[in-house]
Amino acid sequence: MKRLLPAPLLSLALWALWLLLNLSLSVGNLLLGALLGFLAPIMFAPLRPLPARIRKPGVAFTLFWVVGRDVITSNLQVAWGVLRARQKPPRSAFIKVPLDLHDAHGLAALSMICTVVPGTVWSELALDRSVLLLHVFDLDNEAQFIEHFKTTYERPLMEIFQ
Amino acid sequence: MSPLLAHAILLSLSVFTVAMVLTLIRLFKGPSAQDRVLALDYLYILAMLMMLVLGIRYASDTYFEAALLIALFGFVGSFALAKFLLRGEVIE
Amino acid sequence: MNSLYVLPFWVEVLTAVLLVLSSLFALVGAVGLLGMKDFFQRMHPPALASTLGAWCVALASIVYFSAMKEAPVLHAWLIPILLAITVPVTTLLLARTGLFRKRMAGDGDVPPEVSEGGREGK
Repeated sequence: MKRLLPAPLLSLALWALWLLLNLSLSVGNLLLGALLGFLAPIMFAPLRPLPARIRKPGVAFTLFWVVGRDVITSNLQVAWGVLRARQKPPRSAFIKVPLDLHDAHGLAALSMICTVVPGTVWSELALDRSVLLLHVFDLDNEAQFIEHFKTTYERPLMEIFQ
Repeated sequence: MSPLLAHAILLSLSVFTVAMVLTLIRLFKGPSAQDRVLALDYLYILAMLMMLVLGIRYASDTYFEAALLIALFGFVGSFALAKFLLRGEVIE
Repeated sequence: MNSLYVLPFWVEVLTAVLLVLSSLFALVGAVGLLGMKDFFQRMHPPALASTLGAWCVALASIVYFSAMKEAPVLHAWLIPILLAITVPVTTLLLARTGLFRKRMAGDGDVPPEVSEGGREGK
C-alpha cells in the first residue's frame, strides 16, 4: 500500500484540486481526479528525497491564520513605509537569525512564510543550516525582531515538523 | 453591469497601466541586471492582474486561464534569468 | 458588454471597491520599485502587489462570478495559491543573485558570506 500511495494526503489534495478546477462532481471528473491523484505522487517519487511528516495539524491550522493576519498587517506597513519614504526613509538592514529548525520541509515552509509576509526577504542560509540572513525593510529593534520571528514562525514549525 | 462597476473597472485598468509605466522606467533605469529582472517579473504580475480584471469585464472564463498561463510563464522566465545571472548558465 | 445580467447592487459595489483597491496596491508597489535606493529595498514593494493585490482581485472575481452563476465559483482562488508557491522561489533566487553579484563586484554594503568555510556560488 505504501508503494501504491506514497503520499496519501497529497493524492487527496490533488483530487480535491481537480474537482475545484472543473467545478463538477460528475462521475467522469471524480474518476479522472482520482487517477491524477494516484499517478502524480508515483511519477514524481524520484524527485522527493525525504518523506515529509506532519504532526499536530492543529498547530498548522492556527499558524495558517496567524500568517494570514500577519500578511495583511505587514503589507499595510510596507505600503505605509513606501508612501512615507520621502520624509522618513525606511531603515533597512540585514539580520542574522540563528536557527533551531533544521528540517528541510520546515525550512521550505519558513521561506514561504517569509516571502509571503512582505518586509522580510530571505537572503541566504548557511551550509550547515544554523544561521539565516534576512533583509528587513523597516527595522527598529533587532533583538525584538529576532525574538518575534522565532516565536511566531519558527516555534510552531518546529512543533509541526520535528 | 452597472455604470459604477464599469467605471471602477476602467479606473483600475488605468491605475494598473500607470503602474506598468513606472515599472518600465525602472526597467530602463535599473543600474544593475537584477534590478531589470525584478522589474520584468513585476510586469508579468501586473499583466496577470489586468487579465483577471478583464475577465470580470467581459464575464468570461477564458481570461482566468490566460492569467494562469501568464503567471506560469512569468515565473519560469524570471527564474531562468535569475539563474543565468547567478551561475552563468541556466541548466547545468 | 453583457447587459443580460442584473446583479444585486452590493455585489457590484464590493467588486468595484476590491478592484480599485488592488490596483492602488499595485501602484504603491510600482512607486516603491521606482523610488527605493537600494536593490534589496526594491525587492519588498512588488511582493506587496503580488500578495494583497492578487488576493483582492481573486476575491472580486469570486464574488462577481458567484453572483452571476448563483453558485460558488471558486477557481480564482487558485491564483493566490499559485503565486504563493512561485513568488518565494523567484524572490529567494533574486536575493541570492543580488548578494552574489555585489560580493563579486567588491561592494561593501552587503555582509560577507554566512557559512564558515563555504563557497558562495561556484
